[in-house]
Amino acid sequence: MATAVPVRIDWQAIVADPRFQALHAAKTRFLWGLMAFSILFYFLLPLGAAYAPGLFARKVFGPVNVGILFALSEFLVAWGVAFVYARRANAEFDRMSAELIRDAEKIGGRK
Amino acid sequence: MNRKHLAALGVLAAAAAVATPAFAQGAVAPQWRWLAFSVFGAIIAATMFVTYLAAKRVKSAADFYTAGGGVSGLQNGWAIAGDYLSAASFLGIAGLISIWGYDGFMYSVGWLVAYITVLLVIAEPCRNIGKYTLADILAYRNNPRATRIVGAISVITVSTFYLTAQMVGGGVLVKTLIGIDYEISVVAVGVLMLGYVLFGGMVATTWVQIIKAVLLVTASIVLVIMVWSQYGVFGDFLSNVVADPKVQARVAQILGDASKGMTPEQLGQRFLEPGLLFKAPIDQISLGMALVFGTAGLPHILMRFFTVPTAKAARVSVIWAMAIIGGFYVLTLFLGMGSAMKVGADQIRAVDPGGNMAAPLLAQALGGGADSLLGNFMLAFVAAVAFATIVAVVAGLVLAAASAMAHDLYVGVIRGEHVTPQEQVKAARIATVLVGALAIGIGIAAKGQNVAHLVALAFAVAASANFPCVLLTLYWKRCNTGGIVLGMIVGTFTAIALVLVSPNMTYPKPLKAAAQKVLDGASVRKARIDTDLAGAADDQAKAAVAKAQAALDKDVAGAKATLDRFGKDDTSLVGLEKPLFELRNPGLISIPLGFLAVIIGSLLYRDKRAEDMWDELYARQNTGILAAKAAAH
Repeated sequence: MATAVPVRIDWQAIVADPRFQALHAAKTRFLWGLMAFSILFYFLLPLGAAYAPGLFARKVFGPVNVGILFALSEFLVAWGVAFVYARRANAEFDRMSAELIRDAEKIGGRK
Repeated sequence: MNRKHLAALGVLAAAAAVATPAFAQGAVAPQWRWLAFSVFGAIIAATMFVTYLAAKRVKSAADFYTAGGGVSGLQNGWAIAGDYLSAASFLGIAGLISIWGYDGFMYSVGWLVAYITVLLVIAEPCRNIGKYTLADILAYRNNPRATRIVGAISVITVSTFYLTAQMVGGGVLVKTLIGIDYEISVVAVGVLMLGYVLFGGMVATTWVQIIKAVLLVTASIVLVIMVWSQYGVFGDFLSNVVADPKVQARVAQILGDASKGMTPEQLGQRFLEPGLLFKAPIDQISLGMALVFGTAGLPHILMRFFTVPTAKAARVSVIWAMAIIGGFYVLTLFLGMGSAMKVGADQIRAVDPGGNMAAPLLAQALGGGADSLLGNFMLAFVAAVAFATIVAVVAGLVLAAASAMAHDLYVGVIRGEHVTPQEQVKAARIATVLVGALAIGIGIAAKGQNVAHLVALAFAVAASANFPCVLLTLYWKRCNTGGIVLGMIVGTFTAIALVLVSPNMTYPKPLKAAAQKVLDGASVRKARIDTDLAGAADDQAKAAVAKAQAALDKDVAGAKATLDRFGKDDTSLVGLEKPLFELRNPGLISIPLGFLAVIIGSLLYRDKRAEDMWDELYARQNTGILAAKAAAH
């Protein structure tokens, strides 16, 4: 299992294959976009706590204030990102890469 | 053969845990200690049984390092949670919340958000191209010798920092909880962990982590339900927090003079607002960066992704881990604030100034207090879960460090991959014993040291060295051996160097000055106490004077101890009188520097192999070609 997998694959041809290019483009945009959003959203919490303490202290209902709701929203957003990613990956990326895996040895014309 | 050794280890561990000659006073009172040992014994027996079953399945190096890739996504998710929720996060965050309110809860968020990075850009590519270790990923298209050496050194460094914090924290924790001697608990943790890893490899380690995570989550849910039944669920719960006299007194204590003129409700409400603990926002941001990027570079977390068969299973495992870890941190809000009401910050801090005893004391109080069977059973259960937590985290760390030593350095570099399968397993086991002995040795040597910042340092090194190297070799075509070597060196050294000159270190001069001030002011305080005593009319006034006298005696004794401890020593470990660098966590500086070093190193170095192999790596990390094939056969 470790070293010798007895297949010859033309990696250049796979990378050049339009299906790989489509997978790559879709993944890149989606993943890095989600990543940037998540990180920005996360850092709003310490930034807000430090520079907008008045806003965080504002009561929404009963003793519940903006700060507590915002901290809880961080959990919901993290789970939401995981859910959105999983749905897209299960529905789309897995199918696209399954095709490439199936045809890996044929792409580029080598056997 | 295995079975006999395993039994011997079990007996040894049990003996170390039970035959304790000197009991100090712990949170569990002596007459209830049998209860703690029964729960400990039950957990140890269950994990030993799992190890016995696992030992039969560990035949190859792949079994030992990665459970043969046969762990399911759900199992791995629980194991990741078990690997990640260390005693520091279990007891530490509940403690921070109980003492500092909102800021403690805010602190917990970063530990979950970190998994977004792991999920989106690290877990699946690593599963697709990796084998056993972090260095396997780095060596894929680069010079294997050079990248394995720097990769393994970094893995061992990060794991050792983390390990030291766990061993010392664990020793102190067990001592505080049940009063077992520090050295004995360090040895017990070390021997138990060695038993799991040595005989059961990753199979047993995985199951120990799963069992621990299930116990931890169960304990937390039970406690939170009990808290809710007493104080209400969300809005009602928080109203009770605001109205609680203990919470109000704590806030008044933190704010000092600033609390004058605030109504009790305002004081209670202040507990739910930011700013009681964290004063320097930039520190929070720096720590946040270390968490969010460092988790993805922690070797023992990365290693968990090699235990599942496919990228899809890796994805499933991160999602489960996020659900478990996030759910747990939400519960800590109720555990922390619940113990702030039920137990009170004063009492929590009296047992442990850092607040680590908040959850155990809450368990005892909810069960009916220090004299009740249920209260002590619950305390014993939480103590045993804390103990299982330390053992499970330590097992994962030792396995990661041992795999770097055996697989990367010995098999990869020294033997140039020319080893038989039997030799590989043997090397893995020898490395495990070495790392385990090292962990016990460091744990005992570091007794009494302040190691809390070592976990943050482990994250900082992982974020500044491992993360840039792994990310760029996976996603940037031009990245090569030169970049990996420079990035690892610069990332590791800047992170460590910045911590060595940071406020985390102990600076004797200001401490000694403060102690001297206390001693100088003692006579004035004494004079005031004498006047008060002369004028004290009733018993109440006399009691107040006696209290002031006791506080004075305590301050003077503390100041004298500080002066004695440092003697003529005026400087920190690296010879500084005051910090050169003001951030407690170096991430803000060292992470960008790590990335920069990988980029500069790659641009300055020509490496044809790295570029030729790019298409192969990039196609494989994106699609899982060959990885899925290897798993299917």
